[in-house]
Amino acid sequence: MTGAVSVRVPRALASIVGGERTVDVALDSVATVAAVLDVLAERYPVLGRRIRDETGALRRYVNVYVNGEDVRLLSGVSTEVAPGQEIQILQSVAGG
Amino acid sequence: MSAADTVLLAIGTKKGLWLATSRNRTAWSFSGPHFLMHEIPSIGIDTRAGRTRILVGVRSEHWGPTVAHSDDLGATWVEPDHGAIRFGDTDDAALERIWQLQPDSADRPSVVWAGCEPISVWRSLDSGEHFELERALWDHPHRSQWGAGFGGAAAHSVVPHPRDPHTVHVAMSTGGVYRTTDGGRTWQPRNAGISAGFLPDPNPEFGQCVHKIARDAVTENRLYAQNHHGVYRSDDNGDTWKSIADGLPSDFGFVMLTHPSREGTVWVVPIEADAERIPPDGRLAVYRSEDAGNTWTRLDRGLPEREYNVVLRDAASVDTADPVGVYFGTRGGAVYASADEGATFTEVVGHLPDVLCVRAAVVAAP
Repeated sequence: MTGAVSVRVPRALASIVGGERTVDVALDSVATVAAVLDVLAERYPVLGRRIRDETGALRRYVNVYVNGEDVRLLSGVSTEVAPGQEIQILQSVAGG
Repeated sequence: MSAADTVLLAIGTKKGLWLATSRNRTAWSFSGPHFLMHEIPSIGIDTRAGRTRILVGVRSEHWGPTVAHSDDLGATWVEPDHGAIRFGDTDDAALERIWQLQPDSADRPSVVWAGCEPISVWRSLDSGEHFELERALWDHPHRSQWGAGFGGAAAHSVVPHPRDPHTVHVAMSTGGVYRTTDGGRTWQPRNAGISAGFLPDPNPEFGQCVHKIARDAVTENRLYAQNHHGVYRSDDNGDTWKSIADGLPSDFGFVMLTHPSREGTVWVVPIEADAERIPPDGRLAVYRSEDAGNTWTRLDRGLPEREYNVVLRDAASVDTADPVGVYFGTRGGAVYASADEGATFTEVVGHLPDVLCVRAAVVAAP
């Protein structure tokens, strides 16, 4: 099972990835969201720091969805994702 | 100041950074907002090493904190890929906010200090592009007993000694003043005489909520502290502190500024009280002492008759021109400037978001 995971980044972070809204991460088999984010962080270190802090935790007001499901309601960044699926990163409603 | 000089005024707010330059400190040319919708709690203007570097602590509620710098007065900004300040894999901590970016002395032109939340102090040897954690303070046995002030648990003041590279004072909320005299190998609390009226023991070894400390420009072992109720001076490098609050309308406040070159000259901005965080009687004023806090002069010419917004600990600064300029911003988004050491103020800009940090410096003309 080979392919890629499509990661949709929010508009506010698009400039970090060259203006794109979607970044593909090659995936040979099922992997965790954390592993996909690790690949992204390797490629785009600033993007990695915007999404997770130094402990590896998702920032409080960053939401990550796998095929539309909030990973916080699944297994967090340990949630598994398969080739062909989509990860969406969204900022939650916060601030004033 | 000479006609060739330019003063740079940097204003960090809850929703971005504004920069202003002026050749006469009367007419200001503004740029901004830079980092729109990002909080700017700390700014350092580093005029050493033959260039002007603006360092800013940037924080997004969504995307976290980072440090950026500009060497072209804000035209472009650089953010190190991996973050200038970053806890290590085994620290089990995440940077929350950069509260202080403090260039060291002219003798150490590449050294920049940072004070952060969670309570931590960092040192850069490359002009603020990468910082290393001051490990001995991070591992201090008192750490578990340090608390969080209302604004968060942070090292908000980092005061290096101008000549002695081994001596640095740090103030944290809450924890009080700590000092190293061995280049950061060990840190000791230095709070004797500073009150902690909010604790059962009002005179603990540490745990005080010191809001800001500053060093005298000439008498290098003299420091001043604006405390959470209490204004103090130390004449022995922080070993002991005594009150200099007599003559002020209130001993509460956040600001403590010292003159960059004249002995004994300090400015504070009193606030009514812990439980009444407005200027005393709703009348905003700066108080200046020219005798190390023995007497105070009220300075309010040019300030509004009524003002109920306060001035936060880093929302005030002096420049290095002659006479010295004094600048401060309020949580109501007004920024005031004085080109005559506080005798008269004018409003430089109003209606900005809450002003968190103000810094000013004489810089090379752009």
